[in-house]
Amino acid sequence: MSTSSNPLRDPQDRRLPRIAGPSGLVIFGVTGDLSRKKLMPAVYDLANRGLLPPGFSLVGFARRDWEDEDFAQVVHDAVKEHARTPFREEVWQQLAEGFRFVPGEFDDDNSFEALRATIDELDKARGTGGNFAFYLSVPPKFFPKVVQQLKKHGLSQGQGDSWRRAVIEKPFGHDLASAQELNRVVHEVFEPVDVFRIDHYLGKETVQNILALRFANTMFEPIWNRSYVDHVQITMAEDIGIGGRAGYYDGIGAARDVIQNHLLQLLALTAMEEPGSFHPKALVTEKLKVLSAVELPEDLGRYTVRGQYAHAWQGGEEVLGYLEEEGIDPKSKTDTYAAIKLTINNRRWAGVPFYLRTGKRLGRRVTEIAVVFKRAPYLPFESGATEELGQNALVIRVQPDEGITVRFGSKVPGTSMEVRDVTMDFAYGESFTESSPEAYERLLLDVLLGDANLFPRHQEVELSWMILDPIEEHWEKHGRPAQYPAGTWGPVEADEMLARDGRSWRRP
Amino acid sequence: MKIDLTNTTSSKINAGLIEARRAIGTPAVGMVLTLVIVTDEGNAYDALKAAGDASREHPSRTLVVIKRPGRTPRDRAKSRLDAEVRVGSDAGTGETVLLRLHGELANHAEAVVLPLLLPDAPVVVWWPEEAPEKPAEDPLGKLAQRRITDAASAEDPVGALGVRAGSYSPGDTDLAWTRITPWRSMLAAALDQRHSAISAAEVEGEPYNPSTELLGMWLADRLKVPVARKVSDGPGLTAVRLDTADGAISLDRADGALAELAMPGQPDRHVALKRRETAELIAEELRRLDPDEIYKSAVQFGVERLKFDRSQEDSATRPLPDEDEQKAAAPAKKSAATAKKAAGSAAGKSK
Repeated sequence: MSTSSNPLRDPQDRRLPRIAGPSGLVIFGVTGDLSRKKLMPAVYDLANRGLLPPGFSLVGFARRDWEDEDFAQVVHDAVKEHARTPFREEVWQQLAEGFRFVPGEFDDDNSFEALRATIDELDKARGTGGNFAFYLSVPPKFFPKVVQQLKKHGLSQGQGDSWRRAVIEKPFGHDLASAQELNRVVHEVFEPVDVFRIDHYLGKETVQNILALRFANTMFEPIWNRSYVDHVQITMAEDIGIGGRAGYYDGIGAARDVIQNHLLQLLALTAMEEPGSFHPKALVTEKLKVLSAVELPEDLGRYTVRGQYAHAWQGGEEVLGYLEEEGIDPKSKTDTYAAIKLTINNRRWAGVPFYLRTGKRLGRRVTEIAVVFKRAPYLPFESGATEELGQNALVIRVQPDEGITVRFGSKVPGTSMEVRDVTMDFAYGESFTESSPEAYERLLLDVLLGDANLFPRHQEVELSWMILDPIEEHWEKHGRPAQYPAGTWGPVEADEMLARDGRSWRRP
Repeated sequence: MKIDLTNTTSSKINAGLIEARRAIGTPAVGMVLTLVIVTDEGNAYDALKAAGDASREHPSRTLVVIKRPGRTPRDRAKSRLDAEVRVGSDAGTGETVLLRLHGELANHAEAVVLPLLLPDAPVVVWWPEEAPEKPAEDPLGKLAQRRITDAASAEDPVGALGVRAGSYSPGDTDLAWTRITPWRSMLAAALDQRHSAISAAEVEGEPYNPSTELLGMWLADRLKVPVARKVSDGPGLTAVRLDTADGAISLDRADGALAELAMPGQPDRHVALKRRETAELIAEELRRLDPDEIYKSAVQFGVERLKFDRSQEDSATRPLPDEDEQKAAAPAKKSAATAKKAAGSAAGKSK
């Protein structure tokens, strides 16, 4: 198995891509949205790029009365509609031979026996070598059942040196206690190193580029500290409402849904120290270090804000307020907007606030990290010349329109000395491929390769809950979410929160 | 947007580029490299189309150098530079300049190209056909970090490989090599799995297909086993076979699209292995601009050290193999061991 003994491989031969070894993927909840819109297309795109092993097999497990052919048809439609790369008959043929469908319920022993028989059959017919990843694309309440069934039917351990891995999606619990319970349940069956938690943000090129930007260049790291950075704003805004997810969303809210995982991961990557290497262990050590140095503001009432979107006109259409949405309790206290201030207690960041915000039905869909720098300590210009000059900023645009913007002052052409903000842009789509791989492609491939670098480990998940839990507890006891008109950038309380510090939110 | 400049100079072209970009409202673009295509009027269209498609992955300034030295002495005496500047939707995602070099100027292309290179960005020269014998010493090739040739477009494709090997200089690469990346990657993946020692190999493809020879040389170079070259009707490369004690590992592609991978003790499986368009090849070439040591080692292995199976082939097109190899060609088995030793020791020396 080891590549060093393969005479056809050479570290110098960088044209050869990393191809996963013989393996297959089993998806539970294969009829779901995520599976059709993201996973199936990602599998096809990987095959199209030649990154899947010959014989790769995809097994669907769901409560449907389907034959393999029906399943293949569903995948076919999903791929046609959502795949990133063009449809090619020969790639499809290669893949389609490995499609299997196992109908059944999670508490039905027969279905899991059937799954085991399918896996054994694939090992013989397709040479998958007993290596399978189980993707749990099901609500978390089913996790215990599914993993227990896998264990009971001998599916969770591979024979010999073959592997079995579990892939789980957020939410990883709804507070520290439930997260620990979930980890316990999963780790009872799968070794911690064999559990892959998907945070699809970490699969995005721009997020991986944060590390390249910081640690491959010389010009950013020297100013990446409290001497030069005034504050950092991390924003993830959605323009959509909760849609049909009322059942899931109510009681969870924006902070648990987004801040706990995505935003704290972005914070960790932005603020962490340089890892000794890009080995998963070294990386996770640094992330844990910075997450455990995060401190909450003393006065949670003043430095955290939550809101709910209210009935309004948004971008040309009239939309309902959160409390009017179908299936939502009109008295619900669930936050659809959350903004918090954090500080990091270490030498690099002491005194530099990190403002995190997320929300639904905001101005537009955008995720970005803005590092805002201090003003120049002295300006040798006439007063008035720099009136329009703001603070320098470096903005990492995570999505959409991935790239980096640098904002700095420049002289306005003319006879008088007048300095005004200008921006310098780097757009991914401009300098590199128009279609960089989807996050799920990268993450699925990494699961098959067993590369855990882009997956949050359970310690990180637990640390993030430790940061968020006190805030949620405070909210539980005090007040109600503020209302903000749908399509705006959140409640006025959030603006006031920054104004107290003499700062203001960037309009992303 | 398109600007035609007749009887012009490089600095006027530069001014034209800036003007064109201003006119479409994007004064700056993140172009990552300059691609110089050296071609003639007949091939310019196809080459430019491929470069345009590749520019979607690598936004670049594409300079198409079309040499028109002229047929009559009178034409040759008059030199003139005509240019066509294309920016925006007419030029993929970067900008394109077609340069027509008339008369004596055709011999001084580098003087026209040098002022038009993007500052600081890497330069790639691509000769879709009629590559110079020593690309690195060509005046245009000297400007470039990466020089792309295509042995398949040569009059004697297999002979061209020998020329490439002789004149190799870091940064050289050939599309015949690019074409076999999917094959190499699939074979490497096959050998990632457990298998017994490989004793011999065979590559099969249509005649005049230098990729087949290159793949054979790469296998011989890496595996240190004798490699035979068989001729088939194509299209392109059709099969690779690696002999092991347990049976053959083989990759067969009869139709140019879907291949079948067979390994001892494992079920046969289909793998997609489509012949790729030129645009995809160029895009792959532009992905890495550092010297390709593996290509060097493979191309310099020497075509003459492959064993040619002459059974289906017009004997005039191939050099005569050594005498003992000729005898070995049919029964093959026994002499494989001796040939292996020879290949092994020779490969050892060349390192």
